[in-house]
Amino acid sequence: MRIDCPLCGTRDRSEFTYQGHALALARPAPDAGEAAWDDYLHNRENPAGQTRDLWYHDPCGAWVEVQRNTVTHAVTGAVLAAEAKR
Amino acid sequence: MRYSAWQVLKQGLGGQSGWKPVWRDPQPKPEYDIVIIGGGGHGLSTAFYLAKEHGLTNIAVLEKGYLGGGNVGRNTTIVRANYFLPGNSEFYSHSLKLWEGLEADLNYNVMHSQRGLINLFHSDGQRDAFARRGNAMINQGDDAILLDRDGVRDHLPYLDFDNPRFPVYGGLYHPRGGTARHDAVAWGYARGADSRGVDLIQQCEVTGIDIEGGKVRGVQTTRGPIRAKKVAMVTAGRSGQVAAMAGLRLPVESHILQAFVTEGLKPVIDHVVSFGMGHFYISQSDKGGLVFGGDLDFYASYAQRGNLHMKEHVMEAAMALMPVFGKARVLRSWGGIMDMTPDGSPIIDHTGIEGLYLNCGWCYGGFKAVPASGFAYAHLIAQDRPHDTAARYRLDRFRTGAGLMDEEGTGSQHNLH
Repeated sequence: MRIDCPLCGTRDRSEFTYQGHALALARPAPDAGEAAWDDYLHNRENPAGQTRDLWYHDPCGAWVEVQRNTVTHAVTGAVLAAEAKR
Repeated sequence: MRYSAWQVLKQGLGGQSGWKPVWRDPQPKPEYDIVIIGGGGHGLSTAFYLAKEHGLTNIAVLEKGYLGGGNVGRNTTIVRANYFLPGNSEFYSHSLKLWEGLEADLNYNVMHSQRGLINLFHSDGQRDAFARRGNAMINQGDDAILLDRDGVRDHLPYLDFDNPRFPVYGGLYHPRGGTARHDAVAWGYARGADSRGVDLIQQCEVTGIDIEGGKVRGVQTTRGPIRAKKVAMVTAGRSGQVAAMAGLRLPVESHILQAFVTEGLKPVIDHVVSFGMGHFYISQSDKGGLVFGGDLDFYASYAQRGNLHMKEHVMEAAMALMPVFGKARVLRSWGGIMDMTPDGSPIIDHTGIEGLYLNCGWCYGGFKAVPASGFAYAHLIAQDRPHDTAARYRLDRFRTGAGLMDEEGTGSQHNLH
């Protein structure tokens, strides 16, 4: 699998560290309650198909939100996490 | 038909014409007391123990493919009870005891081979950690022997003991650990459940779970609706999709784990051996193939095939530890879908919906758990309270933070196990 780093271009997956689903960008308010935090930290939709997840590109230090397919490993897009959050 | 040496002789003399199909191929009935979703190792063992231990036989096991076609047929077949933390410790200890009586229980040869498992260590700190683990195993009533370098050499003379980066300091020896024939485990449980009256229904995918007023009523399937008083989900890597049919989100992320097998070689590895300085574990099958595996590819995937970087890591680890295998040719590699929980330990629990039960989160260690998982799950379903050995496998431990079982001590987060 290869991932398109928005800064460096297409690179092998081995250059990246996986963080998890991109819901990590939607951090609940500190007082959002136990259920919201449980959903944020633990519970996952875990889709078989299209997903968005966060990868760290080790050489350049960019956090990248990658759109890809969990069944085929096809990568269909990647943007900087800072832009995805906006 | 009861299997025995006498039957083998008799059927051999009769031209092998008297063998019968090992299980029936029934049509689904409109209603069952219990429907089990998933005909893998855990689902089949659950059905078997519901029948054997609790006398419940109005049961259907629904399998979308064929029996044992998932992870129970895709693993590296290791059976062991070398866990450290309360919760896991008593559970896997119980599982190993069930393994030891399994062939007699099932009247089926699962080729359980207690050839011994040796976890190697390569530093003083790692020796301390393994000594501590060994003590925990002994406290649990299982067996563990701390071997020094010469002790390991007696068992595994072919290792590269003086690898400059990772010299072998010793190993933790678990003599009752070993392997089993993975397919035979599924087939043995299937035969045992079927002969007690359980309907094993293949090519039957569950497409919906019917819930009314907070209570489960049955399932929709590709072979029509089936009513049920109780529904038990046990679908490993696909747990997220099945639970979503009941409106549940699980603390599970599905990952890929790769395994490899070489061409058949003469007997050379007599044990199960794991490397302490890279993710690599190996045994030799009775056919002669070296069966080995590594760590997760470490990202969410349902592809059942992995990437080159993990293959590279595994091969490098193999060469660092056992350069003797440098000329062995890898025949094939494959991947399994692992239902990873944040703390790396499983879930056997109620769901909050009456009559709907959950068994998932076996991470990369489900095979050795097959007997005890089915045993505990059957107890939960039949008696509506957890079995003592699995009482800590609660779904709510992530929400509350109480009773997490993080065997690796790295933290309870999805990307850490």
